[in-house]
Amino acid sequence: MKKEFKVIADLLPENVRVLDVGCGDGSLMNLLIEKKNIDARGLELEQENVKKCIFKGLPVINGNAETELHQFPNQSFDFVVLSQTLQAFYNPEKVLKDLLRIGKSVIVSIPNFGYWKVRTSLLFFGKMPVTKTLPNYWYNTPNLHMCSIKDLFNFCESKNIKINKVVGINGDKTSEIKKSNLEIKNLFSKLGIFLIG
Amino acid sequence: MNYKTENIKQINVSKPLKLDCGQTIKDFPLAYETYGKLNEAKDNAILVFHALTGDQFVSGINPVTKKEGWWVTAVGPGKAIDTEKFFVICANVIGGCMGSWGPKNINKKTNEPYGLNFPVITIKDMVKAQETLLDHLGIEKLLCATGGSMGGMQLLQFCTTFPSRTFSAIPIACSASHSAQNIALNELARQAIMADPVWDKGKYIKKNIQPKNGLAVARMVGHISYLSEKGMQEKFGRKLQEKADYEFSFDADFQVESYLRHQGYAFVERFDANSILYITRAMDYFDLTKQFEGGLAGAFQNQKIKFLVISFSSDWLYTTKENKDIVIALNASGADVSFSEIKTDKGHDSFLVNEPEFLKTLKGFIDSMHIKFKNEKRI
Repeated sequence: MKKEFKVIADLLPENVRVLDVGCGDGSLMNLLIEKKNIDARGLELEQENVKKCIFKGLPVINGNAETELHQFPNQSFDFVVLSQTLQAFYNPEKVLKDLLRIGKSVIVSIPNFGYWKVRTSLLFFGKMPVTKTLPNYWYNTPNLHMCSIKDLFNFCESKNIKINKVVGINGDKTSEIKKSNLEIKNLFSKLGIFLIG
Repeated sequence: MNYKTENIKQINVSKPLKLDCGQTIKDFPLAYETYGKLNEAKDNAILVFHALTGDQFVSGINPVTKKEGWWVTAVGPGKAIDTEKFFVICANVIGGCMGSWGPKNINKKTNEPYGLNFPVITIKDMVKAQETLLDHLGIEKLLCATGGSMGGMQLLQFCTTFPSRTFSAIPIACSASHSAQNIALNELARQAIMADPVWDKGKYIKKNIQPKNGLAVARMVGHISYLSEKGMQEKFGRKLQEKADYEFSFDADFQVESYLRHQGYAFVERFDANSILYITRAMDYFDLTKQFEGGLAGAFQNQKIKFLVISFSSDWLYTTKENKDIVIALNASGADVSFSEIKTDKGHDSFLVNEPEFLKTLKGFIDSMHIKFKNEKRI
């Protein structure tokens, strides 16, 4: 089980309604249903993944989060989860706004472009970084809007989006990120998980 | 149609049924067929609703026409809906012509076939009649109910009228209200039948003849709408029918013409023209949004049924958008809904032909629902 999913599961209370946007093969939904008795729903673009979810008996809607979030009514979920896909949207700002409309709270995770290995890749080798969390090359990456933990932190503040909690992940280690340790955590976290709204 | 429909399973529905048109009927026949066995826990029953020209013979060999059942690709031993595991039920709709009460039946008051004296029925009337079959078979709650096209429309009606009678539902390539384009195509089919002089305001049935030409044209319209432009081009292109060159006549030079003529005239053997009028009318009147306050979302309020809506990318008769509208309404009402659009060139026909992605999805959903339903029953 991915560390990221464990952290997300820990952030969520039991028995709530969760929409998992870009739910993949349903691993996170399965975890949330089993561990927390959560009423989980998924939205997924890839046909193969949709099929996998259906086989597991997980409710999943085949659709594109970029264009089809309008179908979900205002505040119809307690939480909306977006795992490592924000950076792949054409218009992440609009998607984030939609997520905050649908969910009372939103959990967003991002691969951190401020991570030191990413920084050194560009600094010392002059090449776009290829890491475990960013496995693709510049020409085939789905990521259009890479950002760092600090970027998303600043974005939320500038848009008056309430930041409830930020967790940084590096390997098996997790740590809470606050404004006071933002610089250092932005350098050492591979992944950032934001609970906002 | 020349087939005998005597040796098929029927129940007599004695309970009065108030039709949407205002008339009340009772003591009418409802024909049905079942496949597989109902288990002791009664948690393996699946109800199939058939489409416009379908009947109760879903699988195996249709004993009346001696041809394969209309959904053999999906239903049978080892198939997606596995009759070795599940008990599959299908009834002929009222208004139909395979043993259920329809316009070719004898009106007891006049001792003549109904013809156009048959009342105009609706999808809701069809569904209410079929619900009585579940009582007859002793099934309180189905594992799943499914249907494509008009079968899907019946299913949506069934889920809103009898929400406690099924655990899960799979509406396939359908719509919650018949579109203008679909009404138009149905009107084309009806006008073709009514323009045939043999039809004679539906009275042909007394003379034991059939408005073959009109009915065949009506069927051809249907067959065009069931394929996609790309599918048709790939299947037929401009290929000629067993000839090297044009014949400079109006015979079927092209394969596509030959195909339509064959489909049209084969259909005449098994279907009653008046039934087409009545059933297409029922489809046109179908508008679930009108039946409930708050539109479609209102229709699905407090739904406990687990839905899987399936559409086909090349279906222009019941488009993905129309199917998605059902999903949006189910979402808005907080229902448990999954949706899958199958990418295919096979058009509306996709649910009837061998479309592996569709069949896998169907199987995966039903099997997972079976586990959940068993768990629910245990609690």
